[in-house]
Amino acid sequence: MLTAEDKKLVQQVWGKVCGAEEEIGADALWRMFHSYPATKTYFPHFDMTKCSDQIHGHGKKVMTALTNAVKNIDNLRQALSELSKLHAYNLRVDPPCFSLQFLSLCLQVALATRLGKDYSPEAHSAIDKFMSAVATTLAEKYR
Amino acid sequence: MVHWTAEEKQLITSVWGKVDVADCGGEALARLLIVYPWTQRFFDTFGNLSSPTAIVGNPKVRAHGQKVLTSFGEAIKNLDNLKATYSKLSELHCEKLHVDPENFRILGDILVIVLATHFGKDFTPACQATWQKLVGVVAHALARNYH
Repeated sequence: MLTAEDKKLVQQVWGKVCGAEEEIGADALWRMFHSYPATKTYFPHFDMTKCSDQIHGHGKKVMTALTNAVKNIDNLRQALSELSKLHAYNLRVDPPCFSLQFLSLCLQVALATRLGKDYSPEAHSAIDKFMSAVATTLAEKYR
Repeated sequence: MVHWTAEEKQLITSVWGKVDVADCGGEALARLLIVYPWTQRFFDTFGNLSSPTAIVGNPKVRAHGQKVLTSFGEAIKNLDNLKATYSKLSELHCEKLHVDPENFRILGDILVIVLATHFGKDFTPACQATWQKLVGVVAHALARNYH
């Protein structure tokens, strides 16, 4: 459960990376494709030879959705409702895949490389919990 | 047996050469106990773990973190024979410490994040992928002798 302190920390971290969302989103995806090649199976139409325009575009999309979730952190279910339907019925991404590890970890690495010590243990914990809550909400409509 | 390319070995050793084992080890263990508080179940004798500040400042956490990461250093020296290197430790974690191997995986992920905070942009995607592979095989080797 996200405490008030967690929510504050998530918003603080997001505030620090304001303006760099596309770059961070692209970096997170690129890292995910490198470290977890199986995730590429969901993007057979993407140019994976480099951090392509497609990857940048998709990274920006993902971060825009997450930014919206951060702004509506008290009502994730509503904020993510359309995305939840999309992932469950159209995209059908394997829930444990995005839900637990890979994107969350790679996004955190992307944040950590930029924030250094500012990605404190407390901030790390809050973001990890937030991504977990986002994933659970997105997976709600799967069955 | 795990195959390591020359590039992967280079990425591992070049990062490792710059790691302060006491610092990074202590920090990784502290973050494990903070981000996943249920892992504190293994450290009842460690004293004050009541808050992130207490955990980060706890000398037993730091010392044990250093121990864990020092052992990682052994893995790096024996990349071609991790099974043997971790055989005894695997038995220990199963028979005496009773640690669910899932914890090795999450500690590995935490170590990757700690390295990212320390190395910034130098912790490139290729670097991260190599270290993800390393923490994965170490976790696997540690779980290998469970029964």
